[in-house]
Amino acid sequence: MPPESLTCKECKTTYPLDASYVCERCFGPLEVAYASRAGADPEEYRRRIQAGPHSIWRYRDFLPLEGAPKHGTLPAGWTPLLRADRLAERLGLREVWIKNDAANPTHSFKDRVASVALARARELGYEVFACASTGNLANAVAAHASAAGLDSYVFIPADLEEQKILATGVYDTTIVAIRGNYDDVNRVCTEVSGERRWAFANINFRPYYAEGSKTLAYEIAEQLGWQVPDRIVGPIASGSLFTKIARGFEEWIELGLVEGSVPTMNGAQAEGCSPVAAAFAANHDICKPVKPDTIAKSLAIGNPADGPYALELARRTGGAIDAVSDEEIVAGIRLLAETTGIFTETAGGVTTAVLAKLAERGEIDPAERVVAVITGEGLKTLDVVRGSFETVEIDASYDAFEARIESAPAAPTPVAA
Amino acid sequence: MAIVVKIPTQLRAATGGASSASVDGGTVGEVLDALYEQFGELRERIADDGGLRRFVNVYIGGEDIRFLDGLETPVSDGDEVTILPAVAGG
Repeated sequence: MPPESLTCKECKTTYPLDASYVCERCFGPLEVAYASRAGADPEEYRRRIQAGPHSIWRYRDFLPLEGAPKHGTLPAGWTPLLRADRLAERLGLREVWIKNDAANPTHSFKDRVASVALARARELGYEVFACASTGNLANAVAAHASAAGLDSYVFIPADLEEQKILATGVYDTTIVAIRGNYDDVNRVCTEVSGERRWAFANINFRPYYAEGSKTLAYEIAEQLGWQVPDRIVGPIASGSLFTKIARGFEEWIELGLVEGSVPTMNGAQAEGCSPVAAAFAANHDICKPVKPDTIAKSLAIGNPADGPYALELARRTGGAIDAVSDEEIVAGIRLLAETTGIFTETAGGVTTAVLAKLAERGEIDPAERVVAVITGEGLKTLDVVRGSFETVEIDASYDAFEARIESAPAAPTPVAA
Repeated sequence: MAIVVKIPTQLRAATGGASSASVDGGTVGEVLDALYEQFGELRERIADDGGLRRFVNVYIGGEDIRFLDGLETPVSDGDEVTILPAVAGG
């Protein structure tokens, strides 16, 4: 079923499938609407998915493109879903899975959304790809634009982690570092996008971009053997990823591809930027913007566009939105690394720390199947783990080694042939 | 006092295409009221119960008015007020 229109989430006014994102009548956000799938045969969809490539494009029937995506782009998605028994044991849970989206071409889930936005931008004839980014999207936009042979401009806060800036600059993009926080970057880009014919992934292409996050839900369901998990724990920055994961499950349940109901949705924020968690705790429907101050820079959006929808979703599914401190974030990074071998960036530390908090509070039934969505790679935020462990430094001699490492078991005795 | 208000692309159908307007007022609320006087259609698009719709951001010199005194925030001659959609980014 092809995309049909852009529809305002608030007043339901419809618009053509152009590069627009705001309802001109009520200023609400526009979302892609598809032709009805009523009466469709789910088995036909399943066959088409299974015959597709090992990337997000296996789900192209559910993505907002008119034609087939052009070849030569970086394939995103189809990342591992790993059963994390050691983590589950540590938390007193039975079944925990990690969706490791660090295993994407530019090491975060942003490859999914950037791919979809870029594919649509090319369909509409755009020649410049751009974004407002806290880092990961800048990586993805620069890489996917280069792979497609398009020029790109990425706008970031000037104080971003050096790793993210370096990993973006290599793609021959134009990095515009703005002296301000992400919300300042977003404001400037919103103005620029009104004046230039550029495809801003998360501004004038935001309705298409956001759809890319649904592929996380599709993959999780498919990788679990066409089943919906009981609970999802995922990070909230703007709230787009969080709400679109639920939308992905919803679409497949409506279609009959999977059975059950939308998982309990638990959102994770950092205390230093927790407008959605604060609104959840105060039982408000809208978020009061904040000035971010946290090590979780990829989640440092003080004025989250989809905050009201994230709140509604968490409440509707019996979930919650929690916030954790910077110390808990580092502990979360360590916990995930020590129990699964996956090294995640600060956003994944936030998610793991919130999972641990929920388990500790006894909010997760031990019988539940829980999936934590790990959205990015630890090598991008290396500085935060500095000082969280010690290195054993010794002189270059066997004796020095023996003197420091005393408790090693004896060398095995060779067995006679 | 002359305050310049920058109009986003999405609202320019209601301003006859104008990308900015010059109005008088002592607070952001008064500035917006003066703007609605000039372009009647703008009121129904962004105003709500005497306030602003939830997906409208208003800035003075780049600062979100919710970090100041909201619609009561004083403005002075030469200030620039910017209206933008709140649904971008992330």
